[in-house]
Amino acid sequence: MDNKLLEVSGLTMRFGGLLAVNNVALEVNEQEIISVIGPNGAGKTTVFNCLTGFYKPTAGQVIYRGEPVQQLPGHVISRKGMVRTFQHVRLFKDMTVVENLLVAQHRHLNTNFLSGLFKTKSFKKAEAEGIERAANWLERIGLAEFANRQAGNLAYGQQRRLEIARCMMTQPSLLMLDEPAAGLNPAETDELDELIVELRDQHKISILLIEHDMKLVMGISDRIYVVNQGCPLANGTPKEIQSNPDVIKAYLGEF
Amino acid sequence: MSEQFYYFLQQILNGVTIGSTYALIAIGYTMVYGIIGMINFAHGEVYMIGSYAAFFVLAGLAMLGIDSLVLLLIAAFALSIMITSAYGWSIERVAYRPLRGGNRLIPLISAIGMSIFLQNFVRLAQGSRDIAMPSLITGGWTIGPADAFNVTLSYMQVVIFVVTFISMTVLTAFISKSKMGRACRACAEDIGMANLLGINTNKVISITFVIGAALAAVAGVLLSMYYGVINPYLGFMAGLKAFTAAVLGGIGSIPGAVLGGLILGITEAITAGYFSSEYKDVVSFGLLCFVLLFMPTGILGKPEVEKV
Amino acid sequence: MSKSSFIDALIASVVMLILTSWLLGLQLDNQPDGLRIILNDAAHTTWVIVGVILVFFTQLFKAPISRVFSGIKSKGQDSGFKLPAPEEKPTLYRFLTIAALAGLLIWPFVASRGAVDLATLTLIYVMLGLGLNVVVGLAGLLDLGYVGFYAVGAYTYGILNTYFGVGFWTALPIAGCLAALFGFLLGFPVLRLRGDYLAIVTLGFGEIIRIMLNNMTDLTGGPNGISQIDKPTLFGLEFNRRPSSDEATLFHDFFGIDYSSTYKVIFVYLAAVLLVVLTVFVINRLLRMPIGRAWEALREDEIACRSLGLNPTIIKLSAFTIGAAFAGFAGSFFAARQGFISPESFTFIESAIILAIVVLGGMGSQIGVILAAIIMTILPEMAREFNEYRMLMFGLMMVFMMIWRPQGLLPMTRPKMEMRNG
Repeated sequence: MDNKLLEVSGLTMRFGGLLAVNNVALEVNEQEIISVIGPNGAGKTTVFNCLTGFYKPTAGQVIYRGEPVQQLPGHVISRKGMVRTFQHVRLFKDMTVVENLLVAQHRHLNTNFLSGLFKTKSFKKAEAEGIERAANWLERIGLAEFANRQAGNLAYGQQRRLEIARCMMTQPSLLMLDEPAAGLNPAETDELDELIVELRDQHKISILLIEHDMKLVMGISDRIYVVNQGCPLANGTPKEIQSNPDVIKAYLGEF
Repeated sequence: MSEQFYYFLQQILNGVTIGSTYALIAIGYTMVYGIIGMINFAHGEVYMIGSYAAFFVLAGLAMLGIDSLVLLLIAAFALSIMITSAYGWSIERVAYRPLRGGNRLIPLISAIGMSIFLQNFVRLAQGSRDIAMPSLITGGWTIGPADAFNVTLSYMQVVIFVVTFISMTVLTAFISKSKMGRACRACAEDIGMANLLGINTNKVISITFVIGAALAAVAGVLLSMYYGVINPYLGFMAGLKAFTAAVLGGIGSIPGAVLGGLILGITEAITAGYFSSEYKDVVSFGLLCFVLLFMPTGILGKPEVEKV
Repeated sequence: MSKSSFIDALIASVVMLILTSWLLGLQLDNQPDGLRIILNDAAHTTWVIVGVILVFFTQLFKAPISRVFSGIKSKGQDSGFKLPAPEEKPTLYRFLTIAALAGLLIWPFVASRGAVDLATLTLIYVMLGLGLNVVVGLAGLLDLGYVGFYAVGAYTYGILNTYFGVGFWTALPIAGCLAALFGFLLGFPVLRLRGDYLAIVTLGFGEIIRIMLNNMTDLTGGPNGISQIDKPTLFGLEFNRRPSSDEATLFHDFFGIDYSSTYKVIFVYLAAVLLVVLTVFVINRLLRMPIGRAWEALREDEIACRSLGLNPTIIKLSAFTIGAAFAGFAGSFFAARQGFISPESFTFIESAIILAIVVLGGMGSQIGVILAAIIMTILPEMAREFNEYRMLMFGLMMVFMMIWRPQGLLPMTRPKMEMRNG
């Protein structure tokens, strides 16, 4: 199949005696919004950590664009186009907003030592283009006026948006968001909703989402995966999931 | 049995001797690291001060005309443990406690400063020359043919083995049986949680430094008697070696420190015995790099999971 | 002053007495009839008493003292003095640069020969401090074996000069490159390690280099070192009294002036000035390049960096290699200035001094590091008595700086990328 972006099968992660992720399978196609939901401690973030190379999965396969990536280090996976945000915002807090976006473009800038030393034309051009790209994104997420402010001084919702913009600077094809709506107020959540859909429709990327906000998840997801205690429980369209008895049971804690 | 074998046996014996003292010092590194996750860089200097204390006691008692070996040993151990404990406690108070939390480089630099300070303090107070003392415990057993290479197991080496063994037993009993030992283990597991559960973590950290310093004093007494020579600079190398031993065995693990110490001691003795004693430090640092690169958690250490 | 603080103070004083009385009051002495304990001179005993009294009263009045200090500290953190970045005050920095350069160039013609020579030594330490600052201050990697690269630089020039007759200016880039190569080869495997492990491994590396230099007698002369290393030449003009070979031309002959050994000293000094200016320039550019930003980002959050596709090892390696190269330059300069090198000059203490310079000046602050290097080299020369206590002071200073002012005496605002609106 041509439009298959990510295929995960049999993903298992064991910490000592704890089986945190057990035999999880996932599939993400091009230009799709996929959500992973599940109760707290279900192992969702661990799945993310395995996919993005922060953990080496105990078993299983992660195929990205037809290529196994499960043993690669994090930065290599990220360069291939799988980029993530974090549950707790991880901005470079002492750097300015625009610098945060420039760091993310490191690979696209001119890092030649000598041309930087002598401020050659190509160096200046590359820097200017980098700033231009950053400015466009800041405009989009409404942070243009804060460009020179310290990232750590932004409001929480702004930091969340900046983190997404920072990921977009690496020009990914799969963006993985770990609870992007956590701590946002309803208005900000709506904006986020809009932004995610826009990323799919205009920037032609896929989004893999971990989220607890059911309104957001049900509203924008093309498909949903449910995990419970490390095991896959169900998957399907939002409609199917909402009516799945197993899911309801897991969420309400009935046995 | 062939001469080569005796020679080899001798190197192993020497290696185990040095290795067991490395193990004693290494425990100080490993325990502090296990609990607060910092390298107590000044630990080697504590060992050096312990050696000085031992010499003071032994020389002092000799001047008083006391020559009962048992009494001398007991006094040397007791006083030098007391003194280094005071040092361990003060080092933690001055160079670590005010810096807990925050950037990891900061306490490390402060500990390096402490190490430089202590070394120079002793140098200024006692002079930088070597101080020698004739060995108190002489003689030993000799095994092997009369006309070829003999294996010698000196009584001093036996004392080192026995004392190391006793210290380890006492430490293990303390850690596994006593209430304070249980608190130590809890802190090593999760210091924040231990604090929430009402364990006085400050006290535990202090105790850890004190235990480490006391064991360093034991090593100081033993090694200074074994070599018979001390100077203010010996803490630096010994500290590095012991740290290597701790990392080799898996930092944070007490049996690991013992294992690491023995492996390092034997490696050094074999290098010195078969190649050149000049390069034994190079070999042990090489070993350290090798271990850190290929098994960063050491032989018995727990694998670390990065918190993302 | 409560009863409990009185008891605390008493305990602290007793501990202090245990710590110091025997070491300072008594002394071990090897006498013909065996090891004896003798009384130390009275001055030492006075120190014990002063120390104990000091500890007693600081503990007794701990609460009010710490209140005063925390006042200073909290104030210091809010409006703490921080040098502005050059972009914030361009005229000030332009003026400072010109004034500093003018001062540096006038100095050899107004100061004595000894003062010029001391200034050269200071400049070598400035170079070392700036180089280590890249590694520790900017990239946040604690390198305790920096002196190893310094030694590589010094011995590269020493060996090339003695065995192959290579001149200083040819050897300088080779020394820098070789030190950088050593940095690269060491850094490649070890930079994956966590910060504190890295510190110990680099420390071990520095020691290995020193032990090797001591034992590879055929090449390095062992503990005796290498002597009679040539001084730099000015476009082939030698500063000696007599030419070293038939083809060589002498500086004073060429210009038709009388021979004076001062020319040599001044020339070495000016060459050092040139090199330091280059160092400052390069580091300033680096800070404003993507790699400089990456160092900062990596220091703040390595995990976020990896998630954005930055290879942490490569970025750290670049800082490590660049730092090593500066040490290599400084090393060959040191060899040229002294004319003699031996493993004695490259002990851990030297690494510690360079680290102390970086810590005192303020990690990441170039002006701070330069001033600290000047203070650290000139103080021991000013007061010979101080020299004896130098390392003691350095150690103490490192501890107290970390407690009260970990950012250093003259921290500097990092140059920030500004975006002009519109």
